[in-house]
Amino acid sequence: MKFRGIPAVIAAVAALSAASPALAVTEISWWHAMAGANNDVVEALAKEFNEGQSEYRVVPSYKGTYPETLNAGIAAFRAKQPPHIMQVFDVGTGVMMGAAGAVKPVAEVLAYGGETFDKSKYLSGITAYYSKPDGTMLSFPYNSSSPILYYNKDHFAAAGLDPEQPPKTWPEVFAAARQIKASGAANCGLTSTWLTWIGLENFSAWNNLQYGTEENGLASTDFELTFNSPLHVQHFQNFADLAKEEVFRYGGRTSEAKALLISGECSILTESSGGLGDVVNSGLNYGLGSLPYYPEAEGAPQNTIPGGASLWVFAGHEDADYKGVAEFFKFLSTVEIQSRLHQVSGYLPVTLEAYEATKASGFYEKNPGRETPILQMMGKAPTANSKGVRAVNLPQLRDIQNEEFERMLAGQQSAQQALDNAATRGNAALQEALGK
Amino acid sequence: MSGRVVFPNKLLPYLLLAPQLAITAVFFYWPASQALKQSMQREDPFGLQTTFVGLANFRRVLADPNYLNSVKVTAVFSLSTAFLALALALPLAVMAEKVVRGKGIYRTLLIWPYAVAPAIAGMLWLFLFNPAMGTFSYLLRANGVAWDPLLKDGQAMGLVVAAAAWKQISYNFLFFVAGLQAIPRSLIEAAAIDGASGPKRFWTIVFPLLAPTTFFLLVVNTVYAFFDTFGVIHAVTQGGPGKATETLVYKVYNDGFVNLQLGSSAAQSVILMGVVILLTAIQFRYVERKVHYG
Repeated sequence: MKFRGIPAVIAAVAALSAASPALAVTEISWWHAMAGANNDVVEALAKEFNEGQSEYRVVPSYKGTYPETLNAGIAAFRAKQPPHIMQVFDVGTGVMMGAAGAVKPVAEVLAYGGETFDKSKYLSGITAYYSKPDGTMLSFPYNSSSPILYYNKDHFAAAGLDPEQPPKTWPEVFAAARQIKASGAANCGLTSTWLTWIGLENFSAWNNLQYGTEENGLASTDFELTFNSPLHVQHFQNFADLAKEEVFRYGGRTSEAKALLISGECSILTESSGGLGDVVNSGLNYGLGSLPYYPEAEGAPQNTIPGGASLWVFAGHEDADYKGVAEFFKFLSTVEIQSRLHQVSGYLPVTLEAYEATKASGFYEKNPGRETPILQMMGKAPTANSKGVRAVNLPQLRDIQNEEFERMLAGQQSAQQALDNAATRGNAALQEALGK
Repeated sequence: MSGRVVFPNKLLPYLLLAPQLAITAVFFYWPASQALKQSMQREDPFGLQTTFVGLANFRRVLADPNYLNSVKVTAVFSLSTAFLALALALPLAVMAEKVVRGKGIYRTLLIWPYAVAPAIAGMLWLFLFNPAMGTFSYLLRANGVAWDPLLKDGQAMGLVVAAAAWKQISYNFLFFVAGLQAIPRSLIEAAAIDGASGPKRFWTIVFPLLAPTTFFLLVVNTVYAFFDTFGVIHAVTQGGPGKATETLVYKVYNDGFVNLQLGSSAAQSVILMGVVILLTAIQFRYVERKVHYG
């Protein structure tokens, strides 16, 4: 009842912000979900673009978390006041793809600026994820990330572990975490952000396990979740056991656990490479490692799947506006900008040229660990299990998984029950979302 | 009952009512009718395709075990919040009445929290009790309390109830103070002369005479706990852990704005609207009669 009003409010705000400037410059609104260090990067990019030319002005607005930004955009579209550009997180991709009439494919937008989208210039894992099955590129990859391991070097030293040798496999991680807790070097040995994205989606790809049939939903929207295999269960049971021993500490459903590493409460964290900015800013004596895997998994480590977000362009704007958007995207894909984005934020460079340029500059020698997310994603040709995960209602599937994980970590159910429930409930929700 | 007051001008009464009616129409009837319409549709998030499905959304909602869980959560949450807010406000009001010097200061301080928005109140409590950064969390843990509202249902519920009730205490306090001032001193003095002790005077005279205020506050607090605590829950627990603090209103938001199931979300709002109409009607028809209005 109450919340029927929200779209109207958002629309009113959008209308106000759209109506204010009657200047000659064309305003391009950019709604995003970047907080903290990454917000500074967004602001700096817009400023640089605006100062570099006089025809267009990009106006970034922070709209909250990823899901909040997506909802704000949808509400604005329904109220016929959509922004030009909206940043949509990886799992929102399926939602946006279902809205064919609402978005303008990025390939079409670039044509307004006299450009064509040359896929060969971009990292293939990323372009494949943001394309339709027929290959049409739909959105512009802005920030792509891959989950990696962060750890506190001081804690490692205090616990008698080698601070220069991050654990490589999950059994090693668990042993290190127990040692840290037992030695009193920290209150908590291990934590993780995004148990869904890292613990389930990337865990499956990295260990070459099936998340769902039909190439995890990439080949067809109508698929079945199969992430309750024995190794999945074993992995989550390990987390449940560690939670019981108070070695693992749960931080929350999205990236809240990052604060537990930064505050020195926990020693080891698995988190998006995009979280690096805040860790660097905190002044922590941190180390980086690859995402751990299980040695018994066949083919592991395979490859990780892209996370992060891409920029979608809404339909229904003036041609002149699209020209501005095209100019902005051109600006974003320059080698200089991409290299800098990658080096300051920890997100992956989306073009191959930017990767090569960063490599040639000697950045990776000076900053060990920073190439890790790229190598993880590009190291091996993807299998049917590791191309990505796509579902029309992935945000909802993740919600269901989070609820089951929380019940498991609270000791109310076993990992087997949690994953079985998450799969059963998820499959029912997926069928409902497909309108069956 | 005196006779009806009649306006000489036929148009004037309608004109005077017009602003209120316009506001009600724009902010209630129009959105409510939209919700009613949407509750019988199945629609994609962007509103590009819409099909009429009749009562299918309602059937689905009522058959959903999560919805029934949400009903239970709402009952526990609302009753605890209303009870806590009333039970704490009453002694405070009674005590504040007894203060001789600086009455105004005490009252002002006790009324202050009402100016805090629910979301801010939630953030405040979150900062104190968040397991990752909360000051009190460290104290609790240091003293051997396994404090973890991110995973423990009871603690999460306790936290949102405390935050929601804390904010409402000021409001109740204000009304109790007003109610206390309306009680004739002579009654209490007469009882004192008859030898009634302090507690006896309170329970036999003050408390019954406060009943209209208490009843009014009970309604207001229940409605508050039902509908206005979204901000607190969104800021503190977001309905978690699991679905332990997902109230009906939060579920409407979650299904509509996170899961993008607009039909189901609208059906839930319509049910909620029915519940409120029914609740209010019952309360005013039956409960109010039994209240002693002095």
